[in-house]
Amino acid sequence: MKYQTVIGLEVHLQLKTKTKAFCGCAIDFGREPNSSVCPVCLGFPGSLPVYNKEALNYAIKVALALGCQVQEHTKFDRKNYFYPDLPKNYQISQYDLPLSRYGFLDITADGKPKRIGITRVHLEEDAGKLIHETEASLVDFNRAGIPLLEIVSEPDLNSAQEAFDYLTRLKTIIEYLDVSDCDMEKGSLRCDANISLRPEGIKELGVKTELKNMNSFKGVKDALNFEAGRQAELLESGRAMEQDTRLWDAQKNITVSMRTKEGAKDYRYFPDPDLTVFIIGQEMISGIKDSLPELPGLKLRRFVEEYSLSEYDAGILVSYKKDAEFAEECLKQYPGKDKKNMANWLIGPLLSEANTRNLSLHQLGVNIDELTSLIGFVQRQELSHLNAKSVLTQMLDSGRSAQEIIKERNLLQISDTAELEQVIIAVIRENEKSVNDLKNGKANALMFLVGQVMKKSSGKANPKIVQELIKRRIDNA
Amino acid sequence: MAIDKETVKYVAHLARIELQPDELEKLSGQLHDILGFIDKLSRLDTSRVNPSSHILPISNVLREDKPRDSLSPDKALENAPVKKGNFFSVPKILE
Amino acid sequence: MELNQLTAHELIDKLKDKQANASAVLDAIYSRIEKVEPSVKAYVRVNDVKKPVCNPQPDSLLKGLPITIKDNICTEGINTECCSKILQGFRPPYDATVINKLKKSGAEIFPLKANMDEFAFGSSTENSRYGATHNPWDLESVPGGSSGGSAASVAADEAIWALGSDTGGSIRQPASFCGVVGLKPTYGRVSRYGLIAFASSLDQIGPITRDVRDSSILSQVIFGYDPNDSTSVKQDVPDFSKSLTNDIRGLKVGIPGEYFVEGMDAEVKTIIEEAINKLNSLGAVSQKVSLPHTEYAVPVYYIIATAEASSNLARFDGVQYGWRAKSDNLIEMYKKTRGEGFGDEAKRRIILGTFALSHGYYDAYYLRALKVRTLIKQDFDAVFKDFDCIVTPTSPTPAFKIGEKTQDPLKMYLSDIYTISVNLAGIPAISIPCGFTKKGLPVGLQIMARPFDEAMLFRVAHTFEQNTDWHKSNPKL
Repeated sequence: MKYQTVIGLEVHLQLKTKTKAFCGCAIDFGREPNSSVCPVCLGFPGSLPVYNKEALNYAIKVALALGCQVQEHTKFDRKNYFYPDLPKNYQISQYDLPLSRYGFLDITADGKPKRIGITRVHLEEDAGKLIHETEASLVDFNRAGIPLLEIVSEPDLNSAQEAFDYLTRLKTIIEYLDVSDCDMEKGSLRCDANISLRPEGIKELGVKTELKNMNSFKGVKDALNFEAGRQAELLESGRAMEQDTRLWDAQKNITVSMRTKEGAKDYRYFPDPDLTVFIIGQEMISGIKDSLPELPGLKLRRFVEEYSLSEYDAGILVSYKKDAEFAEECLKQYPGKDKKNMANWLIGPLLSEANTRNLSLHQLGVNIDELTSLIGFVQRQELSHLNAKSVLTQMLDSGRSAQEIIKERNLLQISDTAELEQVIIAVIRENEKSVNDLKNGKANALMFLVGQVMKKSSGKANPKIVQELIKRRIDNA
Repeated sequence: MAIDKETVKYVAHLARIELQPDELEKLSGQLHDILGFIDKLSRLDTSRVNPSSHILPISNVLREDKPRDSLSPDKALENAPVKKGNFFSVPKILE
Repeated sequence: MELNQLTAHELIDKLKDKQANASAVLDAIYSRIEKVEPSVKAYVRVNDVKKPVCNPQPDSLLKGLPITIKDNICTEGINTECCSKILQGFRPPYDATVINKLKKSGAEIFPLKANMDEFAFGSSTENSRYGATHNPWDLESVPGGSSGGSAASVAADEAIWALGSDTGGSIRQPASFCGVVGLKPTYGRVSRYGLIAFASSLDQIGPITRDVRDSSILSQVIFGYDPNDSTSVKQDVPDFSKSLTNDIRGLKVGIPGEYFVEGMDAEVKTIIEEAINKLNSLGAVSQKVSLPHTEYAVPVYYIIATAEASSNLARFDGVQYGWRAKSDNLIEMYKKTRGEGFGDEAKRRIILGTFALSHGYYDAYYLRALKVRTLIKQDFDAVFKDFDCIVTPTSPTPAFKIGEKTQDPLKMYLSDIYTISVNLAGIPAISIPCGFTKKGLPVGLQIMARPFDEAMLFRVAHTFEQNTDWHKSNPKL
């Protein structure tokens, strides 16, 4: 039987406010254990929470960027369960009146656009960290009380790849908003996945499992792929699926069933009497809306329209905000009419330089004038593309100008036909076989001969002109 | 609404309270009586009444995102029944 | 008169005029404690504290005046255990906001804490791990509760004045049983920061004093907005000395019929009726009113208060502070710590509250209780449209015998029948002495007012007091 995979994602996002959600403890990673704690985030008797204004601002930004409706009335609830990383043995979260609902995120599935529903974005607080030793478990509460957002998607995703794409797009948007580090390995973005299978054409959802413990987007994809396979096998064999929470084991590449803490129905949610309700008016919402940066979707459209880029190219350029801003600066300053030239340089040589240096585009420190000047040499056919790339590397390494390097290395292309003819004559003489091949219609032979000319001229010959000259010479022979 | 011993046992588990058999017995009876008394609430028609989780109309209480001094680890751990270094220590959690 | 027998305002004058000094006041209290404490037992952990010495406090109104604090209000470096085994040895690393305010006013925080029902769960101060406090007027009787230690210490001249906390009558009922003045302020008037929560939506700290003037002075110090408590209200605190006018002519006083029904002690009834006559003779105009949902207050209270308590007390699990049972299994450690660390009443209320919030019962109990709470509040709103205050007995009976109600929790719960509605409605109320039974037990008159109109309470109570002598009687110890 053919099955359809149904996936919903729950993303937890640490907000990068200066202080924790409900107290003034600084959020400062890498401090010694239990040093960024106070009576409030330790849940000491008598302490009381007061919510962080900036965290609420950040949360509303995310909600709006995801097209959510920010609810006029929202409140905090307590989610009650016992666990040593939870100082009060309840988590302050939101239950029936979440901050926002009914959003969406657009992804691409099989080359086509697809809209994924977002059920809700709500506020909560992080728990502490546990370290398991042989004899005991140790608790560090530095993380306890960091503001979290929970972003819950509709079960609209139908493959591990779609889930991966969703996370990538989500991360891009959050990075644009500059409200979270979004680093899954460091735990500032965490993702749990619900996955079930159903026979194709059937509406009813199958029995789901909840997957936890994935430490990267790739981990999410791998876990989902594994789990889809496992479930399909189970269903094929006719055995009953059980609702389960499973942990991803990235070493063994499998999911393992885990014993659950408390069932969802045992959380005893109720409104937190220590906190007041929030009434979020239209004024506040439109104020925050106005402060939102241009989001990647809109920026992409604008790049396509203003700079005549392909959607693919624009997509690459907008995926990091600062890179997109850098790219736009480059495109603007590029004097040529065809901005595509600059775009190709950004996506090609510059991006690959960035990758080898483990930097992002805007961190390369390229002087835009120099880059434009370098591209100019290529456009005027004074520099081969290959040499231009090596000049770029040298520019980045030394900070020197394109002009200087080209001059020093004597890289200007030979476009003087008289000079080139000499070399071509020599090459033709030395490569009789290829000349004959070419005459017999073997196109490869032409490229070989051009290559030989390039070699003899230490790469300085203008390959286009060389090609023309060889063709003319042989046709006329 | 009645409450039986099994329910009390389950609720005590949720609340992480160990009850001795005689305690369970006594408590079940007492809770039964108390809930019987509380059941007089069901006589009221509350279908058109809004619940008051807060009695005063205060809203939007927020704090500026300004750091304040934290406790020193020594202070934070001063009351800990068991600690190891700068950590609180609990019996090993079996995952 | 000894220094320890004076009111705070008398002492303030004496200290100002140098007729007494701070250490003499402390000495007087301490000798009194040595004399009567063995029979009253108002304080806890008495042997842990050496003879107190004066700490350097700023020169301000209360300079040199000691104040007794209930064992559930956090005092930095001084044990705060809520008279529970589970908080054994707990030394808060911080002061409650009220303690900060008192220290700033120059007050001396008395290092012995006042006895109470464990976590304020009770109406008799019998549910303390340290044993019962005895009523100074009759050592066989309870002092009321849960602030029984605070009230008894003031009544027995072991304290000048004291702070208690009131969730369902825990200041007013013991004040009434011990013949002193007890005020439950409007919800949100006094910061709860540092008050170890019983039921967050009901708890308020308030003064227990020898007379109304002291109550107003202490209120002036501890009232006011606190940014550390989200439920604290930004509302101006008037100058209460201006309320002590000895004039209640023309005030409209509501007498709710529902408070004068069966179950009420006949002597109490007579005494209260005489008190109302007294108010009328002083120019007030009393009239019968109705608070129709009064009979539902106790059941509503025991759902809301226990539900909140079940969550508030989840943090007492032996991980960060207090007592921990030995076990090498986490869940067993939790269960034994809580099973052995909490007393019977605490366990009863936590389990009742957990049940009221649990899946399948939430709507029938908790949600319904919140709705009936609205009805109770509306009853008061309706009466206060036409009346300046409401007058009732504080308790249906005078102090009962120690052990009389311990076997029947429901009977004990019903002793709060006249005080609970005030907490549910969030309004302020005061209990003042208004007579004695034939056996010499004090009876208290309760006055209620609109939210934030404590000035009205002081005005009426002070006028009554100026024209009666009940507050001048002292127990023979």
